[in-house]
Amino acid sequence: MNDAVDYLIEIHDLHYSRGSMQIFTGLNLRIQRCQITAIMGPSGTGKTTLLRLITRQLVPDRGTILIDGIDIATLNQKELYRLRRRFGMLFQNGALLTDLSVFENVAFPLREHSNLANRLIRHVVLTKLHAVGLRGAADMMPAQLSGGMARRVALARAMVMDPDILIYDEPFVGLDPISLGVIVRLVRKMNDALGVSSILVSHDVQEIAAVADCSYLLSGGKVAASGSPDELSHASSELVRQFMHGMADGPVAFHFDAPDYAEQLLGRDAE
Amino acid sequence: MFRELYQSFLEFLRTFGAFQLFFLRLLANSPTILLRRFDLVVQQVYNTGALSLVIIMICGFFVGGVLGLQGYANLSKFNAEDSTGTFAAFSLLKELGPVITALLFAGRAGTALASEIGLMKATEQLSAMEMMAVNPLQRILVPRFLGGVISMPMLAAVFSAIGLFGAHLVAVDLLGVDAGAFWQQMRSTLEPGDVWEGIIKSFVFGIVASLLAVWEGYNALPTAEGVGRATTRTVVITAIAILILDFMITAVSI
Repeated sequence: MNDAVDYLIEIHDLHYSRGSMQIFTGLNLRIQRCQITAIMGPSGTGKTTLLRLITRQLVPDRGTILIDGIDIATLNQKELYRLRRRFGMLFQNGALLTDLSVFENVAFPLREHSNLANRLIRHVVLTKLHAVGLRGAADMMPAQLSGGMARRVALARAMVMDPDILIYDEPFVGLDPISLGVIVRLVRKMNDALGVSSILVSHDVQEIAAVADCSYLLSGGKVAASGSPDELSHASSELVRQFMHGMADGPVAFHFDAPDYAEQLLGRDAE
Repeated sequence: MFRELYQSFLEFLRTFGAFQLFFLRLLANSPTILLRRFDLVVQQVYNTGALSLVIIMICGFFVGGVLGLQGYANLSKFNAEDSTGTFAAFSLLKELGPVITALLFAGRAGTALASEIGLMKATEQLSAMEMMAVNPLQRILVPRFLGGVISMPMLAAVFSAIGLFGAHLVAVDLLGVDAGAFWQQMRSTLEPGDVWEGIIKSFVFGIVASLLAVWEGYNALPTAEGVGRATTRTVVITAIAILILDFMITAVSI
């Protein structure tokens, strides 16, 4: 890779395990500024865990994570919270605060972190809700929203503090085609219009091909392949081809580790 | 077997240590929240205190009524039915007021707190707050803890007052105990120390019940089963803790 490229996040030799399960075994990954970087991989490869490590909701066993050249492991809580104000994160299910209205959910970070007058807060919140097309839903409660709407409100909330880094955790899961198209367009629009850097975790190959500038494919606790979605779809590696073309069997086995089928049916596995 | 016992003992010590640290963190953050975000505390006093008023008042009334009946039935055997008021007042102010209020609080407000916090955790609302650089301990846990601590003595006072009203209604209005004797005996035998004992108990129970509810909710497994188990544990552990503490405080104050 070209070292003159401006990297926002650099991860070196990352190791992380949960109980006896090794999730990352020497992961190296770099994320460029002002681009949409997709992190892909089969279910259970630790994509969401990686996001939690980048935002230091989890602490790695070994390795370093640098954001703007700062090792996040060295930050105290105050510094960490200051850093997190530069992040906007869209959770898988939106994670809206269920006791607050849509308007108050989006206003929440502003009320917590600024002394802005109510009129100004109202102005900012309505602008963000307008950007995601939900200005008319400002008075609704989260329970009244559909999955796609909840995710758009969460997106408005994630960008209300004008973050430098937007993180999307599985933004395309469980959406109907219309909502999906809306979210794909919004992700691209937010990135280009606001000049933010986006990290997108997903296993939806088609949608990633439509929005991502660069993709990393995780497997076996490491980066298995990287490049633009186009490069990945023409890669020769069997694993990459299996993933990109959605083949049932290949290096990632269809069957989870199990004893011999015939032996198990005959009840001999317990002997 | 000894190895398993040893492991369980170590696990218990770890949990107990974490529980103490959690309590200290709540206490350390309480002054900041009281001074800067008192509005959040008021909201929780409403949620845990005001919304528990109806159940507290109904139970207080009937417990008082039973004390009136039992007091009259048993004291009249010794021609001492005039002491029914004293009997009801001692029982309510020193024991039944704080204890039953705390048990009802665990059932009504404690479960609500534990399940609310557990569900917030399961639906990633607490993680979302962390990511918005808002400390969930300060924003969610401390106001709920303080709300419970403030509400409990007030609820216990309401319980005792309504209980005395119930006892008066049964003993004086229904069974014919002399109203003057009912109040006069109570005034002459009750001392400020007796009232203080009840206040201290309800304050301690407020801390314990709120702390356990918040702890169980915050440490619930983020699944439907985990939240359900946390809610049940809140009621069971709070009830046991309150009855043990009640015995200890009574033993010290006598």
